[in-house]
Amino acid sequence: MPSFKPTRRGLWITSLIAPGLLVMILFVAYPIISALAYAFYDWNGLARGEFVGFKNFSDVLLREPYKSDIQNAFMNNVIVFFSLMVIQNGAAFLLAYALWREFPLARFHRIAVFLPVVLSTVIVGYLWKLFLNPVFGLVNNLLKSIGLTSLAQPWLGQPETALPALILVNAWHWVGFPTLIFLAAMQRIPGEIYDAARMETESEWVKIRKIIWPLVAPAATIVFVLQFIGSFNWFELPYVMEDILGSPYGHSDVLALYFYRLAFGGPSTGVADFGHGSAVAVLVFVFITAFAATMTVFLRRREIEL
Amino acid sequence: MTNSSDKTGLMRTFGRDGLLQIFLIANSFIMIAPIVIMVFSAFKPTMEIFRHPFTIPDFTDLSNFVAIWTDTNFVRYFFNSVLITGSAIFAILVLGTLAAYALGRYAFKGSSFILLFFLAGLTLPLKLAVIPLFVLMRDLGLLDTQLSLILIYVAMGLPSAVFIMTGFIRSLPGELEDAARMDGASELRIMWKIMLPLTRPAMVIAAINNLVPIWNDFFFPLIFLQNDDLKTLPQGLTGFMGEYTTNWGVLFAGLTFAAAPITILYIVLSRQFISGMTSGAIK
Repeated sequence: MPSFKPTRRGLWITSLIAPGLLVMILFVAYPIISALAYAFYDWNGLARGEFVGFKNFSDVLLREPYKSDIQNAFMNNVIVFFSLMVIQNGAAFLLAYALWREFPLARFHRIAVFLPVVLSTVIVGYLWKLFLNPVFGLVNNLLKSIGLTSLAQPWLGQPETALPALILVNAWHWVGFPTLIFLAAMQRIPGEIYDAARMETESEWVKIRKIIWPLVAPAATIVFVLQFIGSFNWFELPYVMEDILGSPYGHSDVLALYFYRLAFGGPSTGVADFGHGSAVAVLVFVFITAFAATMTVFLRRREIEL
Repeated sequence: MTNSSDKTGLMRTFGRDGLLQIFLIANSFIMIAPIVIMVFSAFKPTMEIFRHPFTIPDFTDLSNFVAIWTDTNFVRYFFNSVLITGSAIFAILVLGTLAAYALGRYAFKGSSFILLFFLAGLTLPLKLAVIPLFVLMRDLGLLDTQLSLILIYVAMGLPSAVFIMTGFIRSLPGELEDAARMDGASELRIMWKIMLPLTRPAMVIAAINNLVPIWNDFFFPLIFLQNDDLKTLPQGLTGFMGEYTTNWGVLFAGLTFAAAPITILYIVLSRQFISGMTSGAIK
């Protein structure tokens, strides 16, 4: 450890840390704490009004139209999260399992699976919006050309297909991320353990369940928590794909989108409402933190038992 | 125990590895084909996109790109994105390296608390704090300036940069440092001349880890920027897509133009990109 005088040492360390710490306090800690305070005031977006106690919270949870809008958005978020858990992670696990072996072109397949991840959600959203266009879009034209005309439909324009379409586009966009995390975890499995298992059983399923999954589970925990936070932050994709050219309005609304419209007066409300917006933000924030923490603890415990 | 002769259908035809191969080829096709069609369509007139979506276009026909260059603000958006992303990454690396150096190299009271404070930012969705950020920027007079975005991105990027670099700096051997200290070198000199050059690989990882989310961000520009001349590429794209709804050739050219820089960078530096973007999650 440094041998120079304590005061100079303290000054040196402080000057290294202070700039970064200042940015974090000013632009992360302070805004998050303020969001909590804002939720107790009546705000019209311009100036802080009077203190209203828990009224903003009770409004958004119990009073119409907030109540049903928020319930609808929350349910959509739950659907998004669970669908992505199953579809995206199921595909990712299979892909990682396939990419694990050294194949010809393995490097090419790895680059391909991660390629959409680097694209911005806005680009991905518009690209698929053009493909899914009911009249001229590639998807419907492809269906018609192979004789499945009856399956062609306005994917983004009707309630039953809008959210599933968004979920599939999201899965296409992000599947490379969990794939590479799972792959990295599989590559850390010691060769001897795997060879020993191969002697015991030929069943791939038994090997996956008994050897691969337990060793991939710690990485999977992190992926699940990140996906949970991500799915409740879902904003760009529904904004880009559902907002501009007409859509089954509200049906594919998610919390972040509802929060944005409420707070800044998007196309639907027209007026900014910082008080109720902050109350929604605080509730979502508390929910995300509590659930992510529970999930981490629960999944950690299970993984020890395995 | 199953015997290989029991295997039926697909398994018998291709074998396990063969099936996995087919699966991978199909997947790579699904991942790449939409992007290839986007690029092809950017070189076609609208009718051609509808009639022959899969044919290879005449790549010398740049009329869609010319329309973007002359009729829209795209080039400006592009340079705005470069300026904002570049400044933010530079500031993240400078502030992040300094803090990580102190946290990784010296033992002092409160260091674990400060590290925890930085790391808490990894999981906090800053989007939810956008209302206070908006008020703060308004009070600072920074609404509708690119500086407001740069500040937010630095705050967003610092946690992962500190996380990645603290771990790396801790793992560096101390012998060189101790030897220099014996010779009477100052702490600043030890850091600048000896330790920082060794930290470069971690800096590259931290930079790439932040490059993609900052370059691609849409939410914060949407709220903080109004002036068209200040807008970023993803944000500019939304106005553009609303304006050219019938000219699909130009729409695809816009998407291709916006996607090109980071896609090319990724294909050239795929190894660094993949380790950079997944390093926040693997530990």
